[in-house]
Formats: sequence, structure tokens, C-alpha cells
Amino acid sequence: MSIDIETARRVAKLARIRVEEDDLPALAGEFNTILGFIEQLNEVDVEGVEPMTSVTPMRLKRREDVVTDGNMQDRILSNAPDAREGFFVVPKVVA
Amino acid sequence: MSELSKLTIAEARDRLRNGDVTAVDLTEACLSEIDGAGALNAFVHKTPEIALERARTADDRIAAGGAPAMCGIPVGIKDLFCTEGVASQAASHILNGFRPEYESTVTRQLAGAGAVMLGKLNMDEFAMGSSNETSTYGDVVNPWKVDGRNLTPGGSSGGSASAVAADLCLAATGTDTGGSIRQPAAFVGITGLKPTYGRCSRWGIIAFASSLDQAGPMTKSVRDAAIMLQAMAGHDPKDSTSADLPVPDFEAMLTGDIRGKTIGIPREYRMDGMPDEIEALWAKGADMLRDAGAKVVDISLPHTKYALPAYYVIAPAEASSNLARYDGVRYGHRAKLSQGDGVTEMYEKTRAEGFGAEVKRRIMVGTYVLSAGFYDAYYNRARKVRALIKRDFDAAFDQGVDAILTPATPSAAFGLGEMAEADPVEMYLNDVFTVTVNLAGLPGIAVPAGMDRQGLPLGLQLIGRPWEEGDLLNTALALETAAGFVAKPDKWW
Repeated sequence: MSIDIETARRVAKLARIRVEEDDLPALAGEFNTILGFIEQLNEVDVEGVEPMTSVTPMRLKRREDVVTDGNMQDRILSNAPDAREGFFVVPKVVA
Repeated sequence: MSELSKLTIAEARDRLRNGDVTAVDLTEACLSEIDGAGALNAFVHKTPEIALERARTADDRIAAGGAPAMCGIPVGIKDLFCTEGVASQAASHILNGFRPEYESTVTRQLAGAGAVMLGKLNMDEFAMGSSNETSTYGDVVNPWKVDGRNLTPGGSSGGSASAVAADLCLAATGTDTGGSIRQPAAFVGITGLKPTYGRCSRWGIIAFASSLDQAGPMTKSVRDAAIMLQAMAGHDPKDSTSADLPVPDFEAMLTGDIRGKTIGIPREYRMDGMPDEIEALWAKGADMLRDAGAKVVDISLPHTKYALPAYYVIAPAEASSNLARYDGVRYGHRAKLSQGDGVTEMYEKTRAEGFGAEVKRRIMVGTYVLSAGFYDAYYNRARKVRALIKRDFDAAFDQGVDAILTPATPSAAFGLGEMAEADPVEMYLNDVFTVTVNLAGLPGIAVPAGMDRQGLPLGLQLIGRPWEEGDLLNTALALETAAGFVAKPDKWW
């Protein structure tokens, strides 16, 4: 599987990372190096193998589905680059 | 005073109890060492006021009696741990200015045990790297030098490694996703323990690859690792993957007696082109354990060679998902926008400016392997290979193997900048001996065991059964005792 410039552009878009047009060929080259390395996995027979889920068999903890925390709007907004009137502020989404 | 920062946790604890030293003395000694060690670039956010306040509280607690072992011990905290009110930015520009409103469970437990936080430690950006050259704070320098060259302390916990080896603190926290505690520990000649996945809570630790990340201690001795792990470990309802299992008294399990134990030597770890010094050290380590009364047997872990490729699917996939949260809305950096830019441009520009090259590369590789049409071919296949890697270990343990001995790293520390021209995969090979342990979720420890011809430290790794850190630490103690590694870097900083 070889990654072309068009695929590199699409992946950058999906990842929401701006990549300048001039940098796409180098990026595609790096992807190909890494994916070439990953290709080795195709040699392994994984027929009938279940993906690993935990180190030792263990049921995930359950708890009651109730609110356990909250009422800290100021603290939640305290690190926001732009917060006004109790909200996170972002550029206009709907035209 | 500077002698005080050289103490081990165990020595400091005993002297605090005897009353011939105070936590304030220890803390002042470390703060003064830190101030004199700017050239190492290990501490990136210093917290002297917090440190001295905690030290005074610790002295009161010790005087009152019954204080836990970590009480009054000055430690450094990797920048990956969220610490309330103190900069915590995973060495990334995208978290510039972030001051968490909360404290990670591990650092909260350490503080609760009376440990004194001296400040935050440099690391590779988002813990992605093996040389500490991807940090927004700049490279960390290894206190060990050869021919005047600046060497890497390894990564990603490079600041922790450098700080402990240079005696800027008594111990430090690290995190390990593919070898990020054990590889830097080996590069600077200290002890680094990655516990079983689930032993320490991940809550409040900035996430890289959630199914692999695990916090652990980086210390000057095996005994110290046992003492510090005790304070870090335990079930946490805030991390659903943290194990609800009793935490034994790890230090009490350190007898040094390993007679009757079986140590496995995995033949697949004998890599082509492995330096003869590493091979010789490995054989010497096996002899040391045999001389201490253990039985040494050859074992096979047939899927070893697939561990790194599986890791470089799973870790980037999880990273691409975890790092989606850095979007310039809730915390950290937001790019300056141009007229007419919408929310998508804000995301794209913020992430392009905020993330470094290696982090972007891994996010995009992860995005690719998770994208429609490739999920099964890459991600699910890697997860199945991961199950096979774990099965290899299970089989070895089922045969009666108690611990597995391997080299910790394929080389000694290399020069900063030396890998700049290498392709990313060459750097990834640093983790070839450590990454299997993360995939299988097992505990692993790097112990300094010798020196190479240039006079740089080399480490060996022991891998234990799940949840048996106590037994693993005991085997590590036997190795440490036999190896007798006491060398320290000459102070040049």
C-alpha cells in the first residue's frame, strides 16, 4: 500500500492538521516508511485470534449511573483561550 | 548540603526518622542543585514554594510519628502529570499556559504520603520519542558525557532520568508507553520500573495511548522503586482500567533471596547486529542470577519481531483519538485567525502550530490506520498480533518461568542530534526490548548493570508476571546486588 500526495492531503484533513502543499510529498514519504514497517504484520497468521482486551481477565467496574460531580463552571472555563458569559467561544460555525 | 540530594529514598527516610536531617534540609539541598543544573534542562517548571511548604508539613508529620515512608522525600514530577495550579503541558506548545484545576491520582497519592514536589520535569512531547528531542522546552542533556559530546538521556521520561542521575532530586515519576521509563533509566544508570498495566491509576495523566500508558517510579535503587511504587499504586474509581487488587508491601518482599526461581532468556531478543557489549552484559546478568541460586532456562517468545510494528499501529491509533481534544477551545494554544476563518480553520491552524513534527506524524498515521477501509487491515490485525505476543509470555510463565531477563536497550546513550537524519523507524528501534512488555501489560524493570567501553551505563531488563511487582523487585534486587553498579557521572553542569 503506497501513499500518494492526495492520500496524505486527505489524512491531514481528517486529522484537522494544516499541512502546506509543499510539505505533502515529504509527509507521504514518511507515511510510506512507517507503513512499510507495519506491513510485516501481514506475515502473521491471526486466524481465529481474538483481539487482546485486558492483562488478566477482569470485569470492568460498574457504578450507579448518577451524577457524582459538577457545579464548577468557572473552573472548567478557567483555561479556555476565549470564554464569555459562561461559555467557550469559537468562530461562527453556522453562516 | 549538596550531599543530601545524593541520598536514596531509603537512606533519607531513615535519617528523617533519626532526626539528623529534616525534610526542609533535603528540599533546600535539592532546590539548590536544581538551580545549578540549568544546563541539563531537566526541570522546566520549578515549584520551590510548594516544595518548602510541603517539606515543613512533612517535618511536622514525621515529628508526630507514624508518617509513611515517602514523607518528606523530595521528588520531581514528569510534565505529563496534571498538578493542580502548576503548569502541566506534556512538553507541548499546544498546552502552553495550561494550569489544571485538578491533581492526577498518582501525584495526589504521593502528596498524601508526604512526598515533596520540587517541580515538573522535561520529556518528549506527549511522551512520543526516545531521545527527549521533541520537547517544546528543548532537549534534555544526559549528565553522562563522552568526549565532551552532549548525549541524550533517552525518552520520553528524559527529564526524570537526567534529574535522578544528576542528584537533583531523590526520585522522580515517569510514564511508560513503549519503554519511556526503562530506556531512559538504562541510558543514565538508574532504576526504572513500569508496573503492570492497571497498577497505577492513569487519571490526570495526559493520555498518549490509553491501553499502554502506565506510570512508575524512577529511582536510585531497587529498594527505592519498591518504596515509591507503594505510594503510587492502588485502585482508583476514576480510572476504570485500574485494578481493584490489594497492593502488597513491596519493600517487605525484598529479601534478595532468589534461590529456586526460574529466569527465562528469550532467544528472539538476540537481534542481528546487536553490539557485542550488550550481548556480553546480558550473559553476565544471567550468570549473576544463576550464581544467586536461580535456574536459568532458554525460552522462546516467537512473536517478538512483530511487537514494534503492532505498537506503531496501536499507539498512533490511540494517540490520534486521545489528542483530538487539543482543538484550541478548552485549554492551551489557539492560533490567530484570519478574516473569514471558521471553526475548521481554527482547528487546523491551532493543531498545525501547536503540535511538533513527531506528534503530528503519529496523529496522522493513527488517523490513517483507523480510517474507513483500513481499520480491519491495520488496527484489528495489530490488536490480534498483540494477543499473540501476550500468549507467548503466558506460555513462558505457564512453564514455570518467574522472570525474563533481556537487555534494556540496543545501545548505550547516543549523541543529541545524532539521529536527526535517520528515518522515524530507526528511532523506534530503541524500544525493541521494552515494547513487548507494554503490549502484554506486564511489569518490567530496568536495572543498571554495567558500563560500555566509552564509560557509559548499560541496563538490563527483568520482566515479571502480571501483578507480581514484589517478586520482580526482589529478583531485581538480587541483580542489583550482584552487579554492584555504583558509578556516577562527573559533575560538569
